[in-house]
Amino acid sequence: MSGIDLARFHQTFFDESAEGLDAMEASLLKLTPDSADAETINGIFRAAHSIKGGAATFGFAAVADFTHLLETLLDRLRAGTRAITPADIDVLLRSVDVLRSLLDFARAGRVDDATLAEGLSAELRALLDGPASAAAEKTAPRADRSAAGWKIHFAPHAGLFASGNDPLRILRELQRLGECRVVATLDTLPALDDLVAETCYLAWDIELRAACDRDDVAEVFAWVEDECALAIEPLTTAGPVPAPLPANVAQAALPANAGTAAPVRVDSGSIRVATEKIDNLVNLVGELVITQAMLQQLAGSLDPVQHERLFTGLSQLERNTRSIQEAVMATRMLPVDFVFSRFPRMVRDLAGKLGKQVRLVTSGEQTEIDKGVIERISDPLTHLVRNAIDHGIETPEARAEAGKETTGTMRLSASHQGGHIVVEVADDGRGLDRARILAKAAERGLSVSESMTDAEVWQLIFAPGFSTAAALTDVSGRGVGMDVVKKNIEALNGVVEVASETGRGMRVTIRLPLTLAILDGMSVAVGDQVFILPLGAVVESLQPLPEQVKRMAQQGTVVRVRNEYLPLVDLREWFGLPGTKAAPHESIVVIVEAESRKLALQIDDLVGQQQVVIKSLEANYRRVRGVSGATILGDGRVALIVDVSAVVRLFSQPLAA
Amino acid sequence: MSTATTENTESGSTVGMPNEFLTFTLGDEEYGVDILKVQEIRGYDTVTKIPDAPDFIKGVINLRGTIVPVIDMRLKFRLGRAEYNEFTVMIILNVARRVVGMVVDGVSDVMQLTPEQIRPAPEFGSAVNARYITGLGALDERMLILVDIEKLMTAADMALMDAGSQALQ
Repeated sequence: MSGIDLARFHQTFFDESAEGLDAMEASLLKLTPDSADAETINGIFRAAHSIKGGAATFGFAAVADFTHLLETLLDRLRAGTRAITPADIDVLLRSVDVLRSLLDFARAGRVDDATLAEGLSAELRALLDGPASAAAEKTAPRADRSAAGWKIHFAPHAGLFASGNDPLRILRELQRLGECRVVATLDTLPALDDLVAETCYLAWDIELRAACDRDDVAEVFAWVEDECALAIEPLTTAGPVPAPLPANVAQAALPANAGTAAPVRVDSGSIRVATEKIDNLVNLVGELVITQAMLQQLAGSLDPVQHERLFTGLSQLERNTRSIQEAVMATRMLPVDFVFSRFPRMVRDLAGKLGKQVRLVTSGEQTEIDKGVIERISDPLTHLVRNAIDHGIETPEARAEAGKETTGTMRLSASHQGGHIVVEVADDGRGLDRARILAKAAERGLSVSESMTDAEVWQLIFAPGFSTAAALTDVSGRGVGMDVVKKNIEALNGVVEVASETGRGMRVTIRLPLTLAILDGMSVAVGDQVFILPLGAVVESLQPLPEQVKRMAQQGTVVRVRNEYLPLVDLREWFGLPGTKAAPHESIVVIVEAESRKLALQIDDLVGQQQVVIKSLEANYRRVRGVSGATILGDGRVALIVDVSAVVRLFSQPLAA
Repeated sequence: MSTATTENTESGSTVGMPNEFLTFTLGDEEYGVDILKVQEIRGYDTVTKIPDAPDFIKGVINLRGTIVPVIDMRLKFRLGRAEYNEFTVMIILNVARRVVGMVVDGVSDVMQLTPEQIRPAPEFGSAVNARYITGLGALDERMLILVDIEKLMTAADMALMDAGSQALQ
């Protein structure tokens, strides 16, 4: 196909095209016949145009041809010569799909499959030739903008030089607008003997391949308007751009983008970096954090008065380390919009297919989450949204009967809460059906009873193989259950919670850690060993009074804190550390919370707060129950990070109710 | 040492059988492990205890930023109470793409053994299970028990790895 040099740029083209298509889709979904603002349409047009330019450059003819049709339609919408109809939006959305498939074909290295686009191409052509555009056709040649470019005839008067104008300068100016093919007309050139140097004999025919405004072109000639014969016409045939030689790729690609893609670039101002590079940076920063903590600790034994300057330097180092760490972590963060943006389309399609009316409301799209987390929550979220539309939201008739608005509402929201990201998927549908879940669970041999709390019943839907479809509606199941959602979220150290109210709707809450690499921790001492408690899980610490502590027959010891009885776990005992067990009221108790359950941990002493770099225990050892990882303290010792969720899960069961 | 290793590989007559060994003592016996599995030898550091681990796993140490588990071989093979003092040494091993520290009574030296000096392992007679013994090395008056350290460290009863990763090894 093309030379190896071209292939190098393919990946970038595909990535950019995928982004462009996403942007197009998002804008199209915002577009309604009444709210067609120029900026949105322009955005869609720009995206389509970039794809067309790239595809033509790289020789993906099917993509280029199809985008050209699409662009023509968009151009008319943009110029206002055609009013937007819902049918247009529909066709445009489907075009996005077709383009995706075409690009996938091209990416897989398969021959462009023109048949893929045939059906829709015909539809597009029909739309273009239809009565709606009849008026537009007439005005098209006079349109202010031409997608393909301009054909310019420039014949200066003989006295052009006398006015101080230089045609070469004008030609160069034109070149800045886009790729030019310039042909000089030598008809009037006299024999050398008759040539007068101050006379302009030449005329030029220029084919400018750039989708710029006619005004832009005219402006170039502004100074010579009165001194030349000038004709600017849109290029009629946008035949395929001649395949450039590999060496020209850079130049050829640039002009194609310059006119149209430039505004998009300015918006994002981003560069592509391989994830490994960032991960490597994160690791290095981790080492830096440890070194900084070590220096801090060493300085602790020095006299602050004698070493004042050292201390100033150290505190500056601490600040800088923290900023650099935050900055590096931020490079791994992406707005959650990356996941949310796929849902408007999905909801629209799914609701249409199921004959339901669903309005999607998203909030907190700008909440930033670690890239690794984003990639891994997208499937669980998709599943939850599908579930909600499929089983949660009722048909318009059923909703009307229940006295609800016929259009159901889906809410997707993301927010920061403490050290966590909370993502919620909520609907105002019929909610979970307690009786059916219980019946289904009993049928499957799970131990259930009528006396279970709602929260316990909702947990049943997470049991492996418990098909929500079979339990809640008659729509056939898809083989993937809520257990997979739960497993995926737990693999990220996250937690899934369900709240439901019959007839009012259901809400699934996902709690995720902010990042997977660095943790804000509270260090606590037990004997001579230090443990790290994730700061996000710590509620408070206190020294209980003897009367606050009670021994209970079967459930060990509990502490009463503000009218709540919390199970008390002695970290020393739980980790099997040497040393005598102190009475709870003589030691310190830290209240931790995970999965909305609280627990009191008995420790010897609070050491301090610090950021710790999470190191894997499993690299050279194995998983340890109750430990989520390890870290290295300032003095070089290893401290274990307590897995609060695991401890809570083990100890708080009996009291959860 | 590195030159010696090169010579050995070149002249190595028995394929797959290492012939340079790091020797260490455990109780009254002297053991040898393939020198190529040894990463370094260092003094005993303070370890951080790990919950839920058998007594012979002393805990983990920080080895230049990596968390490395430490096993006390004296406890593992029930050779009485192990004393810890400033002479206690730890052999850092590189086995099955993992790093593991092993506390022994003492490290003696590096020995070369020719294939003739290596005899088949007996069925019994040492603290280490015969499954992990590849042979006996005889050198003058000394008797060296040669241990397949990789097999020993990855064994299930060492509790050093998750069941899943054991299957992979």
